[in-house]
Amino acid sequence: MSNHYYHGLAKSMMFTIILVSFTPLLIIALLAGYQYSVAYKGKVVAHLRELVLKHDQNVDSYLKEKIAEIQVLADVEGIANLKSEVRLEALHNSLLRHHRGDFVDLGLVNSKGIQVAYVGPFNLRGANYAEAEWFKNVQERQVYVSDVFLGLRGVPHFIIAVLIESKGEKWVLRTTLDFIMFNKLVEDIRIGETGLAFIINRNGEFQTTPRKDIIKEVPFLKELAAGKNEFSGFVQRRGSISMETNPATGQETIFVISPIKNGNWLMIYQQDVSDAFSDLNQARNIAAVVLLLGGIAIIAMAYLMSKRMARKVELSDLEKDMMNEQVIEAGKLASVGELAAGIAHEINNPVAIMVEEAGWIQDLLEEGLYVDDNEREVSRALNQIRSQGTRCKDITHKLLSFAHKIDPTIIRVCLNDLIHEMAELCEQRAKYANVNIETSLADNLPEVAASPSELQQVLLNLINNAIDSMDPGGGELDIATRFENGVVSVSISDTGCGIAKSNLSRIFDPFFTTKPVGKGTGLGLSIIYGIVSKMKGEITVKSALEKGTVFTLKLPLAGLELEQDEKSANSGCVL
Amino acid sequence: MCSIKVLLVDDEGDFLRTLGKRLSKRGNVVELAGSGEQALCLLERFEADVVLLDVKMPGMDGLTLLSLIKQKWPLIEAIMLTGHASVEVAIRGMELGAFDYMMKPVKFEKLYYKLEDAFRRKMHQEERIMAMVKNG
Repeated sequence: MSNHYYHGLAKSMMFTIILVSFTPLLIIALLAGYQYSVAYKGKVVAHLRELVLKHDQNVDSYLKEKIAEIQVLADVEGIANLKSEVRLEALHNSLLRHHRGDFVDLGLVNSKGIQVAYVGPFNLRGANYAEAEWFKNVQERQVYVSDVFLGLRGVPHFIIAVLIESKGEKWVLRTTLDFIMFNKLVEDIRIGETGLAFIINRNGEFQTTPRKDIIKEVPFLKELAAGKNEFSGFVQRRGSISMETNPATGQETIFVISPIKNGNWLMIYQQDVSDAFSDLNQARNIAAVVLLLGGIAIIAMAYLMSKRMARKVELSDLEKDMMNEQVIEAGKLASVGELAAGIAHEINNPVAIMVEEAGWIQDLLEEGLYVDDNEREVSRALNQIRSQGTRCKDITHKLLSFAHKIDPTIIRVCLNDLIHEMAELCEQRAKYANVNIETSLADNLPEVAASPSELQQVLLNLINNAIDSMDPGGGELDIATRFENGVVSVSISDTGCGIAKSNLSRIFDPFFTTKPVGKGTGLGLSIIYGIVSKMKGEITVKSALEKGTVFTLKLPLAGLELEQDEKSANSGCVL
Repeated sequence: MCSIKVLLVDDEGDFLRTLGKRLSKRGNVVELAGSGEQALCLLERFEADVVLLDVKMPGMDGLTLLSLIKQKWPLIEAIMLTGHASVEVAIRGMELGAFDYMMKPVKFEKLYYKLEDAFRRKMHQEERIMAMVKNG
């Protein structure tokens, strides 16, 4: 077979191997990767949300606690005590002791906004807060926590103010909370390299100092918060999560937003997506590298293996072809052996005649050449010897034409000539088996593409089989050629014992024989089958027990490109 | 040696004729048959001592002919000739009562000795039977 075929074989093997090994690999990688990333992202986001929820609760409870503290003071102490700075200082000291310096100062402001009593690090007694926003607010709300502002002292801080009513007069107790302590509540939330938390108010002003300068993000954050309706009233949607492209950094970023202080402030946690999912990305990269290396290994393996396999197939095909040739050769020998019986008889007969004639001449010579018409008798005997010699020569020639080595070359063959030759060769054998060979050959038969020596063997085998099937008793052996629908067919029909239905499907199997051990190899028909299929022909069989068997060969027409068989070219196709 | 009555049966006419001439030349009475059927026909009127027959013939083969002859004329001796060696055929022939079995081409002298042997045995058998008839 051509090199092309083995290349194709190697290629298809390679692609099959690659496909088969890649498909599950890719499916697993994609499915597992997708599942893993979804699960992992879910976990990370849930974790971040949890973190933010915990901290917004912390901040809220921190503020509530401080407010409660101040309210207790206001309720318990009464204006008289609060007015006295000594008493106020004692209270402040106690607060400092128990709250680790959260309360920076304490002050009492009268209804006109003048701070009448003050304890703390700054000298703010008499300060006027009448215009301060918190002072206005506390008049309406009883309790007010301000945003962070610089105020009179020029340091960022925020205050808690509580309105006290006493004897028809309104007072405000205010305290400043330590901004640094408060800041720590959120500043400590840090995850990875870009994860950070901060608090902003309605106006987008930072209420805590973020670890990084993200002032540029503020408009975006405001918009984000507004879009989420966090600032509109008291709708509590804690820990809402969104993933947006951060315009300040250009990175995709996770934002976890939670309102605190009754929705006046927003606690925002932000982290770059790539940072938040860095473990996932790393795992993905490793998987990709493994997949790539595995893929390269698979392709290399598939290439090498398929090449080696194709080479092996090529070798074994070569071996098989050689074996086939040997089997055909052996089969030919076997069919020659079968012929031998008939041939021996055929040759021995003329030889016996010659020997007798020679003896007769001797007899006559002893008697004397010129007695009676002995001379004429001698010359007749010599003629007889010559003609019997010619007969021997014909037989050996016929045998020789068959016994030459199998040549599988396909050429143009005149089928009718070949059938004639084979029928002649088998004539003697048929005669002694009382078989009458009839040939009805079509005269318009075109040439077929076949190897003549192989076709000879096919015909000889089929004829031998037919004669065998009629052995005791004899019968009719009919060989007919036909040309129909562009196909040349030869049918060899006998009136022999037929083939049992159960055996009909197995007759072309190698080593299947119904003959007794030692009589048949069981190779004849399988060799025929091999030869005919190699010629791209077809062989079919029809049989009825005790009625006979018909083997039909269909052979391909010879194309124009084939050389003409020398012998049939010389003899032509004359019948 | 008195003449032997020989029937030759073979499908090869040329062989038959030449062998017949040589045997006749030696003073024997020879009849020729080209087939088994013809041989049986001839035997009806020709009292042969020895039948020389070819085993392989188209139509009735040698073995069938042999068994038929032995059935009808058990005293006739038969020598089988054949074109190729086949132990099976030889054994079958001997079982059927043939005197001997020879391969073609056979040396005329050998064949002639065999014929004489067969004839002698036939004479011997006939004498024994005659004696039995006399005594019986």
